[in-house]
Amino acid sequence: MKSNLTTKTNEKIFNIEKIRNDFPILNQLVHNKPLCYLDNAATTQKPQVVIDTINDFYSTTNSNIHRGVHYLSERSTQAYENTRTIVKDFINAKSEKEIIFTSGTTASINLVAQTFGRKFFTVGDEVIITNMEHHSNIVPWQILCEEKKAKLKVLPINDKGELQIERLNNLITDKTKLISVVHVSNSLGTINPINEIIKIAHQNNVPVLLDAAQSIQHIDIDVQKLDCDFLAFSGHKIYGPTGIGILYGKENLLEEMPPFMGGGDMISKVTFEETTFNELPFKFEAGTSNIAGAIGLGTAIEYVSKIGLKNIHQYESELLSAATQKISDIDGIKIIGTAKEKTSVLSFIIENIHPHDIGTFLDFEGVAIRTGHHCTQPVMDFFKIPATSRASFAFYNTLDEIEQLTIALKKTIEVLT
Amino acid sequence: MDSELRELYQQVILDHNKSPRNFRIIEHPSHTSEGYNPLCGDTIHLYLTIEDGIVKDISFQGSGCAISKASASLMSSMIKGKTLEETKNIFDKFQEMITGKMNEEADIESLGKLAVLAGVKEFPSRVKCASLAWHTLINAIENKKEAVSTE
Repeated sequence: MKSNLTTKTNEKIFNIEKIRNDFPILNQLVHNKPLCYLDNAATTQKPQVVIDTINDFYSTTNSNIHRGVHYLSERSTQAYENTRTIVKDFINAKSEKEIIFTSGTTASINLVAQTFGRKFFTVGDEVIITNMEHHSNIVPWQILCEEKKAKLKVLPINDKGELQIERLNNLITDKTKLISVVHVSNSLGTINPINEIIKIAHQNNVPVLLDAAQSIQHIDIDVQKLDCDFLAFSGHKIYGPTGIGILYGKENLLEEMPPFMGGGDMISKVTFEETTFNELPFKFEAGTSNIAGAIGLGTAIEYVSKIGLKNIHQYESELLSAATQKISDIDGIKIIGTAKEKTSVLSFIIENIHPHDIGTFLDFEGVAIRTGHHCTQPVMDFFKIPATSRASFAFYNTLDEIEQLTIALKKTIEVLT
Repeated sequence: MDSELRELYQQVILDHNKSPRNFRIIEHPSHTSEGYNPLCGDTIHLYLTIEDGIVKDISFQGSGCAISKASASLMSSMIKGKTLEETKNIFDKFQEMITGKMNEEADIESLGKLAVLAGVKEFPSRVKCASLAWHTLINAIENKKEAVSTE
């Protein structure tokens, strides 16, 4: 599909044709229609530079890190540690010691639950989450609560899909040990008022974990300015590879936490009687990690930074408002998630048509969307629906594609009602 | 509409989706069971009156996609009046058909109206939608207590 969309404000940066050429996967037909990839909240596509970085790593540099004294190992270690610095700068952490490589957001949250939680929680303690968490920010805390006889408390949402922030203060007690909250909802697109949440939490001396899986690719994050205590995100949502993610933690907290997994690279000295653990951040990186993935993530972050998250957010907001307008105009469609502050996620239901049928019909029009509960069943329960259809936009999407989505939806409704 | 898509969403399926047969509650069923498809949020509640080894009445309630609803509707029409042995036999054949293990055209035709669901085999992610009602049926007949889940 030829597209000449350039935004008025970002003409130089948003030469959309040039951007789309950076993503080889976008240029293909699906069921004989141009691929219209609108499942970016599930995973984003990878620019050629990221693909090249991974290919290049395995072709020229592959070797284990922190172990060998040979040339390749030195180079591989350097590239891996260089990514740590890229991530540190990207989120403005104080030091590389605060950047831990994990396999993704889920692993990062589980790491905190199993180390911070295991060390600091006792019977009757509380962790607060919200009604709009992804299952990955619910289940790890349920497991912890079960183990420690602790309590999981939930901050409710309203009909627009916004947090009832005014109720947070009353939820916090002297037993509250942590607030773990999603920055941006994956099923609703709501951007939560995290500055306020962190402020309230810290007034009560409660640390905050921020699940940034759906915000890191849309919103500038400065962990020092935010003053969040932990931050978790995945590489594959920010145009990087799958199987790599980040846990940021304040150094003093990470120092106090016991290791998550035991193994190689996380130790200083091992005898059968005793083991001394390695220093930060290696204490939390047992075993050979996803080296190529980490290095690919570094390239992805550099790519995104070059375009600039502010520009990205602005362009995606324009896409969202165009899509919201078009979709709202279709009879029988109801948008789920109408918060004032949103990223480019559009969840909707159509009267008498199940999302799964919509997904299959749209697929045959070349349009890839996600249908289901989006791993947020409590959100579905709140809205009393089994599932939604979700279109989520990235900066390589175009107004033409929104048109393609709209036409496909109209066709679907015509056949199925 | 694309031909492969039309194969999946045949007119009969669209019709059963819009006006499902036996979509009601049996007040005093002899057998009942619930089924869930956690992936897409489909739910089905199945009611049966079985006397002397024969399915005298069958009905269902619930919500789901067109494929799962049509499958439940077609199943209820097909099973009513059949013996339990015949029912299990049809279940086996139906499973074979939607998982692509039935290759003979004659075998598919022997399933009568259920043959309209043969297109499902080309859509691996939708096989669960078509089979939910059937697994729930077997569960009800065997008087299993726990609900069926396709996951």
